[in-house]
Amino acid sequence: MTIAMALYRAHIRVTLRPSILDPQGKAVEHAIGSLGLTSIRDVRMGKFIELTVEAGSPEDADRRTQEVCRRLLANPVMEDFAFTLERLP
Amino acid sequence: MNAPRAHIGIVVFPGSNCDHDAYYVVKKILGQEATFLWHKDTDLRGVDAIVLPGGFSYGDYLRCGAIARFSPIMREVVRFAEAGGSVLGICNGFQILVEAGLLPGVLLRNASLRFICRYVNLRVENASTRFTSACRQGEVLAIPIAHGEGNYFTDDATLRRLEENAQVVFRYSAPDGAVTPEANPNGSLTNIAGIVNEQGNVLGMMPHPERASDPVLGHTDGQKVFRSLIAWVTHQYRGVREEGIAWATSAQQK
Repeated sequence: MTIAMALYRAHIRVTLRPSILDPQGKAVEHAIGSLGLTSIRDVRMGKFIELTVEAGSPEDADRRTQEVCRRLLANPVMEDFAFTLERLP
Repeated sequence: MNAPRAHIGIVVFPGSNCDHDAYYVVKKILGQEATFLWHKDTDLRGVDAIVLPGGFSYGDYLRCGAIARFSPIMREVVRFAEAGGSVLGICNGFQILVEAGLLPGVLLRNASLRFICRYVNLRVENASTRFTSACRQGEVLAIPIAHGEGNYFTDDATLRRLEENAQVVFRYSAPDGAVTPEANPNGSLTNIAGIVNEQGNVLGMMPHPERASDPVLGHTDGQKVFRSLIAWVTHQYRGVREEGIAWATSAQQK
């Protein structure tokens, strides 16, 4: 039996863990402050990555995306990751 | 009789820019053998020790050192290190070592957000490693830093282990050796500037000893790191594994 492979688009978000100081976010926050937008605070910066996964099922796509996040896209010492998967037509 | 010469391999990644400085110091200043090892090579050509030089390997894409870690040569470097071979990572080389899992922790963006290029003072916290045997314990070295991501960070348990095993080798300090917040250029935890692995055969440091080795440049403290390593590989290389374990034991007894 062959498994029908399908394409999924992964939308991945890599963010600094809450305990890690984000100097970039702080700098942007200060710039927002200088605009006079005093209602905006707690800025955190991160990375947004998109990629296409070929997989046999949604679970399989999830597993493959987890793996690439864990092994390369995020460094678990300082970063967390989250993603959504969208099946491509 | 001529003294035995050390053969130091210097890895060249696309974007390395301190590779020639390290080569120059090893070969011309200290009179040893030096060989460049291309990142696509899979043969360490029988070198006695490896330097991962500073620079911006792979443009620092994704995270500093994150891509270099997957170079073909790094598989061999990891194997070499795991067998007890000496590996010195300088600046970007240190970042590559933590990404490769050969050293614990991570190097974050400098707390100031700025790229910092200037001389700093470093207190030698452990002068019994193979990279610091030419230093006195507590000696203060003048060596420059040049980085935007040198802010050492790790979890509390790892930090405790580093301190207990005397794995912190260099700390940023005042000229008199006082470790103060003012002497910390980049926000590193407990002013950490360089660490060794548990076995003591892999050192990562943000400061650039190769930039403070030629007398023409005014400072030669950086030579002490290279001289220590050369002394190790020329006199004691065959005992690396055993000596490494002995070192770890003596560090625990302190």
